[in-house]
Amino acid sequence: MGSYVLRRLLQMIPVIIGATFLIFAMVFGIGDPAAGRCGERACPEAFLVQFRQEYNLDEPLIVQYGLYMAKLLTGDFGESFSGLSVAEELINRWPTTIRLAVIAVCFEALVGIAAGILAALRKGRFLDYLVTLSSLLVISIPVFVVGSLSQLVFGIRLGIFPVTATEGGWFDLLLPGLVLGSFSVAYIARLMRSTMIENLRSDYVRTARAKGLGPGRTVGVHTLRNSMIPAITYIGYDLGALMGGAVVTERIFNINGIGGFLFYGINTKDGTIVVGTVTCLVLVYLLANLLVDVLYGVLDPRISHD
Amino acid sequence: MSDTLSETDVARGESSWTPTDGRLLDVEDLQVEFRTRDGVAKAINGVSLHLDEGETLAVLGESGSGKSVTAQAIMGILDTPPGFITGGSVRYCGTELLTMTEKQRREIRGPEISMIFQDALSSLNPVFPVGWQIAEMLRVHRGANRSDAREAAIRLMERVNIPGARQRVNAFPHQFSGGMRQRIMIAMAIALDPAVLIADEPTTALDVTVQAQIMALLAELQEERRMGLILITHDLGVVADVADRIAVMYAGKLVETADVHSIYAAPAHPYTQGLLASIPRLDQKGQELAAIGGLPPNLTRIPPGCPFNPRCRYAQDVCRHDPPPALREVRPGRRAACHFAEDVLADSAREFDHPHHVHGDGGEERR
Repeated sequence: MGSYVLRRLLQMIPVIIGATFLIFAMVFGIGDPAAGRCGERACPEAFLVQFRQEYNLDEPLIVQYGLYMAKLLTGDFGESFSGLSVAEELINRWPTTIRLAVIAVCFEALVGIAAGILAALRKGRFLDYLVTLSSLLVISIPVFVVGSLSQLVFGIRLGIFPVTATEGGWFDLLLPGLVLGSFSVAYIARLMRSTMIENLRSDYVRTARAKGLGPGRTVGVHTLRNSMIPAITYIGYDLGALMGGAVVTERIFNINGIGGFLFYGINTKDGTIVVGTVTCLVLVYLLANLLVDVLYGVLDPRISHD
Repeated sequence: MSDTLSETDVARGESSWTPTDGRLLDVEDLQVEFRTRDGVAKAINGVSLHLDEGETLAVLGESGSGKSVTAQAIMGILDTPPGFITGGSVRYCGTELLTMTEKQRREIRGPEISMIFQDALSSLNPVFPVGWQIAEMLRVHRGANRSDAREAAIRLMERVNIPGARQRVNAFPHQFSGGMRQRIMIAMAIALDPAVLIADEPTTALDVTVQAQIMALLAELQEERRMGLILITHDLGVVADVADRIAVMYAGKLVETADVHSIYAAPAHPYTQGLLASIPRLDQKGQELAAIGGLPPNLTRIPPGCPFNPRCRYAQDVCRHDPPPALREVRPGRRAACHFAEDVLADSAREFDHPHHVHGDGGEERR
């Protein structure tokens, strides 16, 4: 197990290098990074010289990238064009994003799994149709529609939740968290339902019944444990993705999280913010993936990591 | 040995079930249908069987003949829907099972009648250790605590000859070989010392040497515990050594019942005759294997008359229009459901009694 984790960590290095180089090349290698820096006017020559020097723009791209990564490894994420320390900003914003992700993931896990189980046990009846149809509806509506609508209905019309979550407290983030988790709730409910239905028909569940076990044990122990595996792994991946912030949701509810920061960086054409944030996202996502793969081995004894 | 006996006493508990005149199971005119989108499939059409203490009944038939469905109906683990028991009765020690509540059934399923299945890998839960799965029987039905149940599971694993049982009690099903997995299924099935064991094609998924070991183990356990054993199979070779009686099924009906020796000597139903002719024989090297032509009928559209008539070389008009006769005694202790059972018997006696006559022309090839 230990050697597996080590091997996986080593495998991450080329992935990180590849991903960061791609984003770096797209941000700094394509077009003129200084374009539009000075509003409508052309930039003064003195500014351009200083700008080029600061970001090593006169060097070849690969050297620029190398210099950037060398600084990154010492924890220096550089400064944004407006003078913010990117590292500091990321550290300040992360707790909000984590809170948001935790709300979304708890919602997904509790509601999604429960709905899936109920639908599977009531297959072909009202509750099943309710779950499958409503989840299909949620899956097919994009998150910005769900977000804006719920902001309008629950925030403005009904006034139950704050309209924006600029402060980033737990209660403020509740509605954005539910919006953020809505797609995955629907997906997990469907996933759980189909695995559960499949497992209820399996030979080992028939064995459980032949052993004279009651419905509680047959479903609760012998079916559930196996059926949870796909849902739990999906939730793990999702946690990784959400930890990296939710650009659209954070934007709608004006949340000062990682996603909002990335959005700000893209909007102001600030390469330092974009590359620094994306590097962190890649790292978090890869670690979440590793965690899920390790967890998979724990949940399913047939998967061996040796 | 004394270990096994004391273990048996503990597991047996206080069974309130005692067979009258040694009769354990009595199935009468059982009817099962599957209501599917494509129509109603009549899987079992009036099957009657019985099983006595210490007896082995082999139920033979092709896939889809209703063998497994009969077993599942007796166990009460039929998937409902689509499967429904529409008639007949199943009595255990004289008590009707079909009218019992599900809770009462559960007290019989496992402690009194238990079952093993064809594919032990998929029949064991992949995410729980084998010892845990065996111990679960004792914990649920006998209220045994974890460590007692675990010890009992180890003893059961030893009883079914799993080497290193104590070390392997926490291993998972996929870590065992096919034969060992089937032994674990058997250990689980006999954990509560049931009076009836139903083995649904227990050796079909195994290779031949392991098949023999598993059959020997089943026979040994049956002897030791005086269990009634229902052995479901399509493999006549497996049956010959262990079975006392044979019931042959076709399209959800019994077509012939007999004791094991007379059926091998001379089958009385054309279907049984076909089955026996299809056994590969060592002394018939190089000859094409006989097979029964055609396919078993689709159970949603069983042909009128005798369901075997389209494949039967004895079939006459009466077979195509009238239902086959009920199982009738054709020799003492032998019953067949065929208008022409006497003709079949006569032909069989000629063929099967003088096997050398049939393939005498291959003689020079033999050394």
